[in-house]
Amino acid sequence: MPKAASSSADRIWAIFAKDARSEYRTRFAVNALFLFALVTLTALSFATGGAGLTPLLASVFFWVIVFFSALSSLAQTFVKEVETKTATFLRLTAPDDAVFFGKWGFNLLLLLLLEAVLTPLFIVMLNMPVANWTVWIATLILGALGLVSTTTLIGALIAVAGVRGALFSVLSFPVLLPLLVVLIRTTEVAFGGGLEVGLRDGFLVLGTYAVVATTAGWMLFPFVWRE
Amino acid sequence: MGIVRIAAVVLITIVIIAAFTIAPPLAAMGTSGAASRIFFFHVPMAQVSFLSFVVAAVYAIVYLRTRKTDHDLFSSVSAELGLVFSIVAMITGSIWAKQAWGAYWNWDPRQLFLFVLVLFYGAFFALRQAIVQADARRRLSAVYLIFGGAISPLLFFVLPRMYQSLHEDANQVVVATQGKFNMSGPVATVFITSIAGFLCLYVWLLKLGVAAARMQEEQG
Repeated sequence: MPKAASSSADRIWAIFAKDARSEYRTRFAVNALFLFALVTLTALSFATGGAGLTPLLASVFFWVIVFFSALSSLAQTFVKEVETKTATFLRLTAPDDAVFFGKWGFNLLLLLLLEAVLTPLFIVMLNMPVANWTVWIATLILGALGLVSTTTLIGALIAVAGVRGALFSVLSFPVLLPLLVVLIRTTEVAFGGGLEVGLRDGFLVLGTYAVVATTAGWMLFPFVWRE
Repeated sequence: MGIVRIAAVVLITIVIIAAFTIAPPLAAMGTSGAASRIFFFHVPMAQVSFLSFVVAAVYAIVYLRTRKTDHDLFSSVSAELGLVFSIVAMITGSIWAKQAWGAYWNWDPRQLFLFVLVLFYGAFFALRQAIVQADARRRLSAVYLIFGGAISPLLFFVLPRMYQSLHEDANQVVVATQGKFNMSGPVATVFITSIAGFLCLYVWLLKLGVAAARMQEEQG
């Protein structure tokens, strides 16, 4: 049924567009995400005081900034629905798949924007030029995919549970740790350090993580969303 | 149930005695061979902590299908036991690491795995305690457990290999070569007895924990 397939894509797009429009009006998540990243970056840049960073340290800094910025605001898409009491309406009007992938897409957009803004800032403020752009961009995209699939499910879980704040990071971190470890390794290569030998394995792990986390998140989402 | 309890007590008593008398010290493990004796306790504990994670995740899946309180109790009690066993395994592991590698903590892939397991269990119980409503607590914590279970193979099987290919400094080579030893004769016998003993201990504690949790449930 081609019509059903296209309407399912339409529904995902509708959720995505609704979130994007609402975010454009309030700019709540964007502000939290970007200012948090900027503040952390400034603190790091100031504290290291232009000392020469090794590629490993720079990639650790980069992903710590991205992870904690993401954990500070990516639950917002679901928390907002609960706080403004629109969650029930969303449950009634939209199928679970559309809600999950709509929110997933919106979070992915936010995170890719953050990475795109953070890259030049990082190069300028920490004086760390990117040596291998292909590896760098592939790492950013795969990292965002893995991060988003995990935080979308756990964000929904947090919102439905009615517990906010610190618990989001507490729940996300153990699940995200394998991703973080591998991302730091591949980013090190992008900054011109590390060993290129394990790069293929690294990307394989990142890709597998994104696929597994997205599939598991999508399959488990109805159990979170429906009471 | 009585058999499991008696078997656990008898087997572990035998292992405690045998580990210090029958099993010969393994010179390859650590500076003095005597340090290797901790393996008869540490490895089964680590295995049980992993087993309880699997059991907890399987019961979480069953719970989401059946929605029976009992399945949730099995899942959460197994996770509780997993937390205890993984903490004890982490402590015994780092005592051995101090002897063999010179430091309590080396970020060896196996140490990392146990550490993440402890963090995950901690997060799981933080979530359970934060949700007041019983139905939501069971449903959401089951989802979290299954999600963690889906990710864990990456951590368990893939990451150690990644580490060895990307991080081949002296310490890691020591870790890679000293972590393996060929078991034979009395060592293997004691080792297998110990695994059986700790398995019985786990089953006994699981049944006991579920019975206690059921009583709490009935009292409200």
